[in-house]
Amino acid sequence: MKSVAVIGASLAGLYAARALRSQGFEGRLVIVGDECHRPYDRPPLSKGFLTGATTDQGQLALADAEEIAELDAEWLLGTRATGLDTGGRTVLLDGGRSLTTDGVVLATGATPRRLPGPMPAGAHTLRTLDDAQALRADLSSPPVRVVVIGGGFIGAEVASSCAALGHDVTVVEAAPLPLVPQLGHAMAEICSALHADHGVTLLTETGVARLHSGGAGNRVTGVELSDGRVLPAEVVVTGIGVRPNTDWLADSPLPLDDGVLCDAGCVTPLPAVVAVGDVARVNGVRAEHWTSATEQAAVAARNLLAGSTVATHHGLPYFWSDQYGVRLQFAGRRLPTDTPRILEGSPDDRSFLACYERDGHTSAILALNRPRPFMRLRRELATQAFAA
Amino acid sequence: MIPVCPLADLPTGESVRIDTAPPIAVFHTDGRLYAIDDTCTHQDASLSDGWLEGCLVECPLHAAAFDLRTGAATCLPARRAVRTHPVTVQDGMIYVHHAAEEGTAA
Ligand SMILES: Cc1cc2nc3c(=O)[nH]c(=O)nc-3n(C[C@H](O)[C@H](O)[C@H](O)COP(=O)(O)OP(=O)(O)OC[C@H]3O[C@@H](n4cnc5c(N)ncnc54)[C@H](O)[C@@H]3O)c2cc1C
Ligand code: FES
Repeated sequence: MKSVAVIGASLAGLYAARALRSQGFEGRLVIVGDECHRPYDRPPLSKGFLTGATTDQGQLALADAEEIAELDAEWLLGTRATGLDTGGRTVLLDGGRSLTTDGVVLATGATPRRLPGPMPAGAHTLRTLDDAQALRADLSSPPVRVVVIGGGFIGAEVASSCAALGHDVTVVEAAPLPLVPQLGHAMAEICSALHADHGVTLLTETGVARLHSGGAGNRVTGVELSDGRVLPAEVVVTGIGVRPNTDWLADSPLPLDDGVLCDAGCVTPLPAVVAVGDVARVNGVRAEHWTSATEQAAVAARNLLAGSTVATHHGLPYFWSDQYGVRLQFAGRRLPTDTPRILEGSPDDRSFLACYERDGHTSAILALNRPRPFMRLRRELATQAFAA
Repeated sequence: MIPVCPLADLPTGESVRIDTAPPIAVFHTDGRLYAIDDTCTHQDASLSDGWLEGCLVECPLHAAAFDLRTGAATCLPARRAVRTHPVTVQDGMIYVHHAAEEGTAA
């Protein structure tokens, strides 16, 4: 393989580029990204970056100048890929250019879902550094009323950051309880209680009808709920999930269905094309987590260089979230029928370790502010999963 | 010199965090004691909560690893080293000599 194009210049794309180099690829490496920024880390955007703990953009950078130089790649930043030809080796770029290489890594990530209708000033989604900067600017004023639509992890982190800045925060959630799909009812209840602990109102079982806006700058003024109530708001943040960025691949021969379909080795039906990170549906599963993006990149690089699937990704799913001063960590594959059991600590103290049990086995683990025992159990679970 | 705890309270394979500013983590591994800055240079996890294996500690948040002997980050996502601090035992008590405080280069 003499040349590889990596499409998407963020976490999964950078890790794939690194993996290609560390696995001995010495050919031409082109990295295409539609953002104008060098790869940066997204998790801090909803946490320290909003509260001001992470002020320096350098702290967000995923690679320093020295490493960028070592990578010896051609960077096409501010450039969007618009298509992939039928052979899968020519990537069309905006502006009419194209790029032909021997291998392609798809790492275009995901985009936040939006509410239908226009987004007035003061209404935000949060995925990119630019999004975070715009939101931070709106939060730098004296306390305002913030409505967060969606009580998932991003919504909860944003609510927590806004509350820490002294704003008046309401979270609106369509389901009877947020986080149930991820954590199950009992654990979701405990985690959702963090909002009330910190004076944040959680409204559940309420959809959003539309945003109200007006005034000179046509700024958002409120959120109309499906029952007709209007919550006044100066700032609105929508966190209702993401959609994988596959639109640009619609005319390519790749199978798409909530992500780029690929095998357990991140290889698509075209052996010269691999997919990694939030855009990839690996062996039927699309993960939207930091750790899976980095782990998949190494496996995908290996298979791309080998020309076929010689390695598969079996990492134990893992994610973390920081909200209201609590560090939440989850690992494993939980089914809705699994039963959670507290192993140590207490939900009342917002510090505990729990396992989910299925037929006498542990399927997944959850910890709030218990990093040390969590890590031990996570390693055990990973070893078992690998042995199984 | 900062007292940590009696050596008897820190068996092999264990670690303890001391609330200096910045905090320091002390590890007992392979019959030796090591002290490094407790905060991972990647983001903000406490390395004393990490996984100890030989002379390496793995961060509990995103699995960066640090060499306890040198403080060097041996695996991503961390890129910068943590500072190391000299450790001594006197009369069964562990002491850390804060690198900054004593003016010794880590
Ligand atoms: C605010 C926030 C907080 C998070 N917090 C956590 C957390 O606490 N824990 C956790 O495990 N995970 C967290 N995540 C998830 C984690 O950041 C993602 O899983 C990770 O970023 C996925 O990496 P990726 O490279 O696949 O996709 P992305 O990071 O989305 O990168 C894709 C890149 O491709 C670019 N792109 C898209 N289409 C094109 C195109 N056609 N041409 C060129 N470039 C294109 C995009 O602009 C983007 O730069 C968080 C995410 C966000 C947004
Ligand atoms: S905080 Fe230690 S690896 Fe990220």
